[in-house]
Amino acid sequence: MVITGLGVVAPGGVGTKAFWHLITAGRTATRPITAFDAAAFRSRIAAEVDFEPAQADLSHRERRRLDRAAQFALVATREAIADSGLEPDRFDPTRVGVSLGTAVGATCNLESEYLALSDTGRDWVLDHRYASPHLYDYFMPGSMAAEIAAECNAQGPATVVSAGCTSGLDAVGHAADLLREGAADVMVTGGTDAPISPITVACFDAIRATSPSNDDAAHALRPFDRTRNGFVLGEGAATLVLETEEHARARGARIYAEIAGFASRSNAYHMTGLRPDGAEMAAAITAALAESRRSPQSVDYVNAHGTATKQNDRHETAALKRALGPHAYRTPVSSIKSMIGHSLGAIGSIEIAACTLAVDQGVVPPTANLREPDPELDLDYVPLHAREQRLDTVLSVGSGFGGFQSAIVLTRLGTGPA
Amino acid sequence: MTTAVITGIGVAAPNGAGTENFWAATLRGESGIGPVRRFDARGYPARLGGEIDDFDPAEHLPHRLLPQTDRMTQLALTASAWALADAGVEPGTYDPGETGVTMAGAFGGFEYGQRELENLWRSGPERVSVYMSFAWFYAVNTGQLSIRHAMRGPAGVVVGDQAGGLDAVAQARRNIRKGARLMLSGGFDSSFCPYGWVARISDGTLSTDEDPRTAYLPFDRRARGQVPGEGGAVLVVEEAAAARRRGTRIYGEIAGYAATFDAAARYGGERGLGRAVEAALADAGVTAREVGVVFADGSGWPADDRAEAETIAAVFGPQGVPVTVPKTMTGRMSSGGAPVDLAGALLAMRDGLIPPTVNVRTVAPGARLDLVTGVPRPWQPGPALVLARGRGGFNSAMVLRPGTAAPGRTGAAGVTGREIPTRSGGKRHAADDTVGPGGDHA
Repeated sequence: MVITGLGVVAPGGVGTKAFWHLITAGRTATRPITAFDAAAFRSRIAAEVDFEPAQADLSHRERRRLDRAAQFALVATREAIADSGLEPDRFDPTRVGVSLGTAVGATCNLESEYLALSDTGRDWVLDHRYASPHLYDYFMPGSMAAEIAAECNAQGPATVVSAGCTSGLDAVGHAADLLREGAADVMVTGGTDAPISPITVACFDAIRATSPSNDDAAHALRPFDRTRNGFVLGEGAATLVLETEEHARARGARIYAEIAGFASRSNAYHMTGLRPDGAEMAAAITAALAESRRSPQSVDYVNAHGTATKQNDRHETAALKRALGPHAYRTPVSSIKSMIGHSLGAIGSIEIAACTLAVDQGVVPPTANLREPDPELDLDYVPLHAREQRLDTVLSVGSGFGGFQSAIVLTRLGTGPA
Repeated sequence: MTTAVITGIGVAAPNGAGTENFWAATLRGESGIGPVRRFDARGYPARLGGEIDDFDPAEHLPHRLLPQTDRMTQLALTASAWALADAGVEPGTYDPGETGVTMAGAFGGFEYGQRELENLWRSGPERVSVYMSFAWFYAVNTGQLSIRHAMRGPAGVVVGDQAGGLDAVAQARRNIRKGARLMLSGGFDSSFCPYGWVARISDGTLSTDEDPRTAYLPFDRRARGQVPGEGGAVLVVEEAAAARRRGTRIYGEIAGYAATFDAAARYGGERGLGRAVEAALADAGVTAREVGVVFADGSGWPADDRAEAETIAAVFGPQGVPVTVPKTMTGRMSSGGAPVDLAGALLAMRDGLIPPTVNVRTVAPGARLDLVTGVPRPWQPGPALVLARGRGGFNSAMVLRPGTAAPGRTGAAGVTGREIPTRSGGKRHAADDTVGPGGDHA
């Protein structure tokens, strides 16, 4: 299962190049919310994408029909397909599938439609005459996978994977599973979310998961830092073209890296809480490495979940120690959320895109805003500055509401066990 | 390859909450479709739905769970306990790390969502529930089920409208093959709230007929749309050898599965259902001739019905296999529909009775189907094919094979002409009013 195409829509700039430039420079894209007037909220900051649908080559109909999250996914997919060199008339469409992650689907449009239907919250019985003809598509986010399948002429298995904040990682893992079992030769896969809307901001306010550092937005998301106080909501999408090595070789495609193993586990503990020992995330890492036939010692870099909540960063550090043993102390671990925020169901695939480029370019992106180490957290979190380093085996992990713990292993092709 | 079998069933459907309630009503041809009562639907062009009336979550769940769960989660939690009890699984049967959950959802918990949107916009951000962040989202049932039953193994959630219900169960089989011993799987949807209703109306597929007996008539000449239902099913999927070792009853095996997507109009618009059926049969190693029943998707829209009927006739021959749509008694339950059909297929194997399609009388001209109408039909249990299609072009197909009775239990598989309890309390033999091949519509 090899990655042959990448497309990214991330805060700080649309496109893979802008994204890679931002995260390797250690710059942050978190800022005061501009999407709506956030004065009434506890956390008033976000990592927003400066996204102009017209400039992103979306047609008038696409702009009308699609929620912002679906627009992100479509733009990222077009970039990934172009990058992969796949041409619609030169593959068997029945052997191409779609696996798209999203945590909260078409939240933006569901909220704005609600306001029209309910007369700004006044009525419980909504007036259907104000409904968009596309409302069902917003209500049932599988429609986003349908949109991507239609775009790519994919006629194999298509689905949305929606496992909360691990959706983007799980979607790629699911795609790899389908390739492995022979259900498709090519999977267009990734994740998208556009959650910066009042209801989502209110949700995270209510449980104090997001950072209240409103006066210093650029430094608000501080993973592994002693002063960390929560995540900053982000948005965006990433799409990967994933195919069997045989299929990629047959068409002479450029290969970035291989997806070698994937696993997900539940912590069966709490819908939003984490067990401090990190046992289930460690179990997911161990299973993903086993599927990759790699040892814990072979891991060259860990792309962390790193949300900068007190609880997450402790949990994750414990999980890495449990799964990698003493090697955890020798492995660079970084959180790119420090720069582009936490885009829920998208971030897992944006992080896989980062890992892909890290392997390809031999660069470890840093953890921005990590200036005051937390004495309890004693791994190498790559503070502030990127590092050049050859990477053969890279691990990316995710953790989410509902207790989901996921791990995926990327490797440089031709390294490790035959 | 590792075999995945189904050893427990929990159903909550509009015509019966509880597997045996659902099944008895289904064999009696009793429908749960009626005027929507959960909210004031009088102003909407479609007013019929399948609501679950006989379900009070407080009777089944700890009270602390009630304020943090949408109705569809309450249904899923309750049905999951029924399924585990049915399978005879108790804490300690397996190591928690060997057990997991993969559920489908289509809409999330939007009754909860609408209430919190109202709180936000009427009263302000501080009035939004601390549970909202997870109570409405699509992953909630997998999370809640894994916590409730301490299942720490693989976890997954898929969304593919109606087809997602089969995709989730296929994911359970995939995880069994990867080493899990037991998976809970299935799907639930409700969103019987004004927002859920308006979203369904906007789709343009709901029937505006006011008569519950004629509103949803898949494959009928009079078909004019769909009726939504709420509910779904949870299945206990187990690794076959482990299930046999503990001597439990095996309803059936997940023998084959495939999913496809219809080509977009700009690429010719070719439907993908036939490919899904062929690939699922091939995956199961079952020939079309061996299949004993098809649980059809049964859209209720003439164009969709025609396409499905043509696919079935192309694979199995005209009137080549009994076809049924018990959803005519529940309405279409979104991600819950296909899991309930899987449950129906497994119970049909257990009892040797194919549940009927109700209300349909005159199969549309050209639909060369042997539709099981009116009353159950006895059969010699064999492989069953379950079909599900989702809006936008999703097609999924799953093949189940009958299981074997556990030692000491009388397996009803193979028994035909079983007595069916009737609503009046009397008994009648299914064989007496069986619609034969070709049926009354041939």
